[in-house]
Amino acid sequence: MNILQPEEYKERTESIPPFEVRVMSYRLGATYHCTVYNLDPGAVIVRSDGTTRNEAETKALTRAKGRLASAAHRLNED
Amino acid sequence: MASIGYAHPEVLVETAWADQHKSDSAIRIIEVDVDTKAFEEGHIPGAVGWNWQTQLADQVRRDLVPKADLEKLLGQSGIDNTTTILLYGDNNNWFAAWAFWQLKIYGHRDVRIINGGRKKWLAEGRALTVDLPVLEQKTYRASQPDNSLRAYLTDVMKVAGSTNGWSLVDVRSGDEYTGKIFSPPGLPETCQRGGHIPGALSVPWGKNVNEDGTFKNVNDLKSLYETLGITPDRKVVAYCRIGERSSLTWFTLKYLLGYENVKNYDGSWTEWGNLVNAPVARGERP
Repeated sequence: MNILQPEEYKERTESIPPFEVRVMSYRLGATYHCTVYNLDPGAVIVRSDGTTRNEAETKALTRAKGRLASAAHRLNED
Repeated sequence: MASIGYAHPEVLVETAWADQHKSDSAIRIIEVDVDTKAFEEGHIPGAVGWNWQTQLADQVRRDLVPKADLEKLLGQSGIDNTTTILLYGDNNNWFAAWAFWQLKIYGHRDVRIINGGRKKWLAEGRALTVDLPVLEQKTYRASQPDNSLRAYLTDVMKVAGSTNGWSLVDVRSGDEYTGKIFSPPGLPETCQRGGHIPGALSVPWGKNVNEDGTFKNVNDLKSLYETLGITPDRKVVAYCRIGERSSLTWFTLKYLLGYENVKNYDGSWTEWGNLVNAPVARGERP
């Protein structure tokens, strides 16, 4: 069984107006994995990976913005 | 130790303990994630991944996994009736708690949750693999479902609006409770109306856990619920959107605080918020 150690685990909060999201990333072997959660209630929005942390996070955040756009649109309608 | 004072500390294990015992033949570790692809990214060596959408639900009607299907799943996972099952997952164990709830409904004796779940395991840099374990097929016999752990629509209808002796606990986010949003941001909207069941108190699931994903200590949990009048003598129904976040609150109340009569309403808001002519409350008041 091939065993790997997750390394460089990081979390931070970012704003994708009008929402806040939590960005979690870590490295497993040669791959960086990133998951974006909505801050409240804390559900996974998207997940992505890349060869660098920046690549993994940029891809994930771009997709998260797309997913959150419709929710923001509804809020603006109210 | 974090589990001191819990009513049933035996149902919670720390990541370090799980790491030490992950290869024990009497133990099977199961990962259940909201994000059904997370397991493939890397998981605890020896763990089996269960898909909540296809393996922990009836595939025809909206219901729990049928008894025969659960028996097959457990047997294929190398689990028999004597196996200790350790559950963990993403989102602070939302669907690990969902699996725990179903396993208790079907009578599994020894099932435990890894405190902090996938998040804490990753943050601590503990070993992962993408390889699948070689499993020995086992035979499993489930009990008839214990429906005392479950609330149906008809049960909730009886207490909505006049919750005498009952506490309805809405564990969704504040914005879902008030009706400002119909679903968690970025997730599909699966209801026709926003708001909450009349009489329900708002106690978002996240108030049960610490930043690292572990459950809060017993005093903090007691304070959280009892200051709202949700006391151990009351009968409690927890609900959310589809029943997984509320299974975490159900776990907290029943096993960490020892409440005798707690039910999870898995129909939750995706059922109530789609009903024609059902009473709905909007705003911050119960």
